[in-house]
Amino acid sequence: MSGTPILEVDGIGRIYRKGGFFSGSAFTAVDNVSFTMSDTPQVFSIVGESGSGKTTLARMILRLVEPSFGSIRLLGRPLTSRYKDRIDNLEFRRLVQPIFQNPFEAFSAYLPVEDYLRRTAINLKVASSDAEASDVCDRALRSVGLSLERIRGKYIRQFSGGELQRISVARALIPRPKLIVADEPVSMVDASLRMSIVNLFRQIVEEQGVSFIYITHDLSTAYYLSDQVSIMNRGRVVESGVPTQILDHPTQDYTRELMAAIPTVDERWSELAAIDAQYRTQASRSTGATST
Amino acid sequence: MITIDNVTVGYGKAGFITAVDNVSLTINENEILGIAGESGSGKSTLMRAVYGDFSTGLRIKSGTVTGHFTNAHNGQLIEEPSSEFKKLWWDQITYIPQGSMSVLNPLMKVEKQVIDGLPKRERRGSRADLRRRIAEFLAGFGLEENVLDAYPHQLSGGMRQRVLVAIAAFVNPRLILADEPTTALDVVVQKKILLMMVEIQRRLRNTLVLVSHDMGVHYQITDRLVIMYKGKIVESGPTAEIFANPQHDYTKNLIASLPRLHGRRSADVAGELA
Amino acid sequence: MRSFFIHAPFRLYLGIFLVAVFVLLGAILPWFAPSDPLVWYTAPRNQNPSAAHWLGTTSLGQDVFWLLTYALRNSLMLGLVVGGLSTIIGVFLGLAAGYAGGWLDRVLSFFMDALLCIPTLPILILMAALFGGQLALPIIGIILVVFNWPYPARQVRAVALTMREREFINVAWFSGESSVRILVRQIFPYIAGWSAANFINTVLVGISTESAVAVIGLSSAQQATLGTMIYWAINYQALLAGKYVWVGSPVLSIVLLFIGLFLVSSGLAMKSSARRMSV
Repeated sequence: MSGTPILEVDGIGRIYRKGGFFSGSAFTAVDNVSFTMSDTPQVFSIVGESGSGKTTLARMILRLVEPSFGSIRLLGRPLTSRYKDRIDNLEFRRLVQPIFQNPFEAFSAYLPVEDYLRRTAINLKVASSDAEASDVCDRALRSVGLSLERIRGKYIRQFSGGELQRISVARALIPRPKLIVADEPVSMVDASLRMSIVNLFRQIVEEQGVSFIYITHDLSTAYYLSDQVSIMNRGRVVESGVPTQILDHPTQDYTRELMAAIPTVDERWSELAAIDAQYRTQASRSTGATST
Repeated sequence: MITIDNVTVGYGKAGFITAVDNVSLTINENEILGIAGESGSGKSTLMRAVYGDFSTGLRIKSGTVTGHFTNAHNGQLIEEPSSEFKKLWWDQITYIPQGSMSVLNPLMKVEKQVIDGLPKRERRGSRADLRRRIAEFLAGFGLEENVLDAYPHQLSGGMRQRVLVAIAAFVNPRLILADEPTTALDVVVQKKILLMMVEIQRRLRNTLVLVSHDMGVHYQITDRLVIMYKGKIVESGPTAEIFANPQHDYTKNLIASLPRLHGRRSADVAGELA
Repeated sequence: MRSFFIHAPFRLYLGIFLVAVFVLLGAILPWFAPSDPLVWYTAPRNQNPSAAHWLGTTSLGQDVFWLLTYALRNSLMLGLVVGGLSTIIGVFLGLAAGYAGGWLDRVLSFFMDALLCIPTLPILILMAALFGGQLALPIIGIILVVFNWPYPARQVRAVALTMREREFINVAWFSGESSVRILVRQIFPYIAGWSAANFINTVLVGISTESAVAVIGLSSAQQATLGTMIYWAINYQALLAGKYVWVGSPVLSIVLLFIGLFLVSSGLAMKSSARRMSV
């Protein structure tokens, strides 16, 4: 399979201006980022810490933020508004869907959650009648391990974070998109449920042929989930490639620092042994002093 | 240091909602005790009951939380229930919350907030002298003196959290309680703060209780670990032993579901999932 | 709805009770008036309160009780129209400015700020001079609406600005929802409680401003309102004649009505902020 790439990001960037028109300073949130996602269904991870520009990058792909420069192409067609033949809003929403970080912020507290799924089915012309919309929603919910019956008439307060995040995934799947952009989708979900959602993404890639852009600060889930990883720091991609290759042979100091800071359960940080050694000798010295 | 005996804690008067259900636990001198659990496990409620902060409608329904402290002036033993701990705050017991913005006053410079919070015994000497001592103490954790002249919003989230940890340690407390102190932070900053907390505990040889949902954090820095699930302690013991040989199914699941930096990947198990 | 009444603060109950009493007096009782109380000499003059005339009569031969019900009806009507129109216009334009942003926001914000700077009462006095010293009730109403919509508009604009950043607005957009539907279904529920409180507040402002204009004699006084009743009473030396009920009943009505409206509006505001905390 080597058709038109799903996504081509070419030299995009975003500059935010602070302060007044003449005296303000400019801050480059994303600086000249390029990458291509082939049409093979895959998970493409963008890993970075807060302020690395990963969320701004995601929002540019989601059309929520306009790039200051560069271009984005979806299935070979321009996404940014400078081009006349750009993909219109309806088609864009049928091709690309988001999943956001905070599951409790993804739906209004005053509307039943089910409402968002039905509206997606009808507005994006997946279903033409209410009955058909019910069918479509139920199918999407079943593919994430829920059902329309279980969420009917309920509001966000009646769900756990893990359930809401599954509902967000189901809503995103309704138009059968080509690409789902997931911005920190599991960082606010409990650890024991986290892997089930990450595994769900992999299952959707394999079964439904949807590609994911997985934005995260967590190198370990990115390693576990993705086919491609890009590491961002200060608005730039510092390293990218296949996860096994990057983590086994990191070429950048930043990547190494990031890896060393992860609280793994395989090996304790070497600095801890140094602290223990320092105070253990002090302690033995002081007890030695009192005994003599 | 703290004896928790069959304690049931919850919220509300008429319709009592149980958050911690009949829990017993001893917190020892000179240890880092981790309390692990997910949202709704009751770990933060237990911590608040130990801190003795009943301002949020928290209520101990049955059982006792008893503290054993030594008076810093006359060396007398103090034995009190946690409802009386309030007079020991910022003296024997300090608290590090998750969100630094919620405890720091945005309209006050850091220096004034630090000094206002100090107990009488630390407030000896002139203001300039006190400031010098605080600055020296902060320098020990890689914090420059000018953070004292900053307003909280002028510092980054990681910097604010480091200031809070430093303040909590400055009064030489016997017990430091930290509730998800690094949850909102990036891993690089998180590591700095965790190392700082370990160093403080080893230096003062006091007790640090760390509440976190992150098993990796517990593996790295705690000596002893308590796993909470639905208001109960399901497992406790030395951290290394729990990770090497988890007994309870919930603990096993929790440890097994942690992603590793090397090893199995989802693409490898895709066949099993389908 | 059930939980609304169980958890509503006490002040809300008390306010609703007071306002309900006056709405009953002003909206229903005027239909039962034996004759038009505005017409002079339909009752014996200068009577003290009695079984036939509960609050006595004026020196012009009007029944004070029935006159009061007419005055309440007109004052309440003016208040409701001013409060309703100002709130609807304000909420609508505030939402539009906050959600759309850009040039529309700049234009609307300019008008809001400009109108907020101008005090209403002096303008009413100026307008009265322009209209030959007398303002008809509908004109007072229109002027009050013009000067009272910017308050809710400003507040709603601020809320809409922050709501625009909420994630579920983006989710709604990705669900294919139109801007109008996003405004009505996603954003409006978050300001509904506040809008209700603002509506009650503006009713209060409308009634009080009209009364002030009437008492200083700048209303055309063709209809009975609480303000014109006081104006007539003072004009015909009710106080000198010791006819305290004539001048006292509209004053007391205004005070009690204000307390009632204030309790309802602050009760609603408390309610909506408590709800915002819980969601």
